[in-house]
Amino acid sequence: MNLKIDDKLVEAEEGMTILQAARRARIDIPTLCYDERLAPYGACRLCTVEITRDNRTRLVASCVYPVEDGLVVKTDSERVRKIRRMILELLLPLSPTGPLESLAQKYGLERSRFTAEPTACVLCGLCVRYCAEIKKANAIGFIGRGIEREVAFLPEVAPYVCSSCRECFALCPSGKVVSENPDGTWVPPLAWQRR
Amino acid sequence: MPRLSSATDLERLRQEILAERDPNKPCVTICSGTGCHAYGSEKVAEAFAKEIQRNGLREKVDIRRTGCHGFCERGTLVVVFPEETCYLRVRPEDVPEIVSRTLIQKETVDRLLYVDGEGKKVVHEGEIPFYKHQRRIVFGNNRLIDPKSIEDYIALGGYTALAKALLEMTPEQVLDEVKKANLRGRGGGGFPAGIKWETTRNAPGEAKYVIVNADEGDPGAYMDRSLLEGNPHSVLEGLIIGAYAIGSHQGFVYVRQEYPLAVENLNIALEQVREYGLLGTNILGSGFDFDIEVHRGAGAFVSGESSALMTAIEGRAGEPRPKYVRTAISGVWERPSNLNNVETWANVPLIINRGAEWFTSIGTARSKGTKIFSLVGKVNNTGLVEVPMGTTLRDIVYDIGGGIPGGKRFKAVQTGGPSGGCIPESLLDLPVDFDELTKVGSMMGSGGMIVMDEDTCMVDVARYFVNFLAGESCGKCVPCREGLRQMLNILNNICTGKGKEGDMELLEEISEMMTDASLCALGTTAANPVLSTIKYFKDEYEAHIKEKRCPAGVCKELITYYILPDRCQGCLICARNCPTGAITGGKGLVHVIDQEKCTKCGTCLEVCPARFNAVVKLSGEPVPPSVASGTKVVRRK
Repeated sequence: MNLKIDDKLVEAEEGMTILQAARRARIDIPTLCYDERLAPYGACRLCTVEITRDNRTRLVASCVYPVEDGLVVKTDSERVRKIRRMILELLLPLSPTGPLESLAQKYGLERSRFTAEPTACVLCGLCVRYCAEIKKANAIGFIGRGIEREVAFLPEVAPYVCSSCRECFALCPSGKVVSENPDGTWVPPLAWQRR
Repeated sequence: MPRLSSATDLERLRQEILAERDPNKPCVTICSGTGCHAYGSEKVAEAFAKEIQRNGLREKVDIRRTGCHGFCERGTLVVVFPEETCYLRVRPEDVPEIVSRTLIQKETVDRLLYVDGEGKKVVHEGEIPFYKHQRRIVFGNNRLIDPKSIEDYIALGGYTALAKALLEMTPEQVLDEVKKANLRGRGGGGFPAGIKWETTRNAPGEAKYVIVNADEGDPGAYMDRSLLEGNPHSVLEGLIIGAYAIGSHQGFVYVRQEYPLAVENLNIALEQVREYGLLGTNILGSGFDFDIEVHRGAGAFVSGESSALMTAIEGRAGEPRPKYVRTAISGVWERPSNLNNVETWANVPLIINRGAEWFTSIGTARSKGTKIFSLVGKVNNTGLVEVPMGTTLRDIVYDIGGGIPGGKRFKAVQTGGPSGGCIPESLLDLPVDFDELTKVGSMMGSGGMIVMDEDTCMVDVARYFVNFLAGESCGKCVPCREGLRQMLNILNNICTGKGKEGDMELLEEISEMMTDASLCALGTTAANPVLSTIKYFKDEYEAHIKEKRCPAGVCKELITYYILPDRCQGCLICARNCPTGAITGGKGLVHVIDQEKCTKCGTCLEVCPARFNAVVKLSGEPVPPSVASGTKVVRRK
């Protein structure tokens, strides 16, 4: 099937997402929680794009929206940029340095008007999902909900599987999982110790 | 119990039940819904049993514990049949008098009757203004049925709609009737149920599910609870009919753990329908198989969202997932799943029995039928109210709700649960239906309706709801989680006198992004309480931000209590009641509040005798300098 992304005619197969189709056509859409090895999650919403079908325009998360024939997609409209800028502005206080910082600059954001506890974790869930989906270990998970949500290692599992794996360290966009281990030895991360 | 295997069997059973019942035999019905239960309806029921026994009337009088009647403000409610004499606020000690005077001497106990505005006593339940202005097609049977008795439900014609659907109609005809009735989802979205059913029916795959959403979690809302507690069979009957139309053989009822009575009555009802052959294999001899499983929630508000609820049924944490492929096509275990709310299902038997034409004769052009609202807050008659769609807010708040207590002025009504909006006085004549509420920036939601009077601070209200949502969002997507976090910060600042110019604009900016980019409906609507209060009560925000003043005198950091020296009579009442000992001054001396010690609990204002009226609440103005200690009071004549 064919769709039009940013005025470019793009071919895609049934079952693909807009993000996959765009990336294959070398059109860049920013993401934080996306990893092609994992099931799409749709949480960071940075990949929001504007789609038009039957004269109806909607904003959708491109990482989870399945392609449709004849779909017209705008990945970088003013409306889309505004949403991304606000998402980044909200996340920046949590993780002021690292990849978020350069992404924020790209969207013309110099500093955030918001303050929050700089936990470094943006709750993208890459570590959680990688551990569950690829490693099938479930050693790390989410606890709490709403603004209390955080990531924590499971004390019943982590001590037995984590030190020999550590594969999630490299996944973390803000280096949170790694930063817990300054001397290179794996210690239970903060969220676990607190309990 | 006989297994029913045809419509004739069902009708025969109904006739048998009716034959055993004498319509003229006195029956005492005691409302045992949640509200009345809290008032002690259990004790009232026990007292009736004892008293009736003591008077040797056990064979002559029936006692029935029913579901919620709706007039919760005046519980425990007792209605004595056949006269339908309605007694309010009945306590166990009133029972002997009711038994001797009403049951034996056939008189009314006047002091327990409803008294209208003109002092006239009202004997019959239906004539009480609270009920008179309602149209209780869904909720009405609650008062006639013992929810633990399927016989009561069958006696009133229960399960005849199921028999009609299964034995006289094709699934297509059932679907068609519901579509023609234009039944819209009562859980909040207002999506046409018939179209959703059709989508699930036509979706590929053999296994399909039908689900009752009984995860009612809006603060102050309890209509689904009362329906499920008070008339569980009406919901089950609707669900079985829906399953037949959709082609589903497995249903779920997702009910919150916090509703123990609903769970209990539901399980009893399920046992009864299974025994009667109204559930299971070959229902009523139709060849249709269907069963229902009860799934109890674990206390997460967000699990009321359809995709989160389905995730929870699968045994995982209730988190919404993207619905670009609808749950009607890919829901529980990625199978087509049709979810409707309790009230929606309870409407289905009515539509089948009485027809789409009858149903569409009630309501507005685009919202048909009735809606049950939970009318709470600063209103005289709190309770559950069922009215035709299109009834105005004014009718609900004043004619049914009896207006605002204490002679206070109406300020706003909040509809639609935590992500609804606050509607001001100028819009009181708004006809309430799905579209009108959305147009003014609120929503129908599941039918919560919180009335607020002049003593309510609208910024504080917005803060309350944002705080609720910040704790109850699943926290998965950034717009909702971080948006709520920052909105809560800003609102906290405004309420504590730290608001800045530009805060309102920033709130609107965050709101816009949340509405556009959040994953589920909780996030896309979460800004409603903020946006609607900014829209209709902007002056209150400005007073907080610019003048550091809370016009309603609610935000503690922005108010001070002050004793007017020329009014204080030195009576010591406030000083004695002050929990922090912040009030000084002896007998006959002017009392003074030590602002450092004051925790602004408001006790002094409450206890100061009305004839003195010496304590005032100040906001946005400096506290006048204290009088010298030992100043004598000015005696007033």
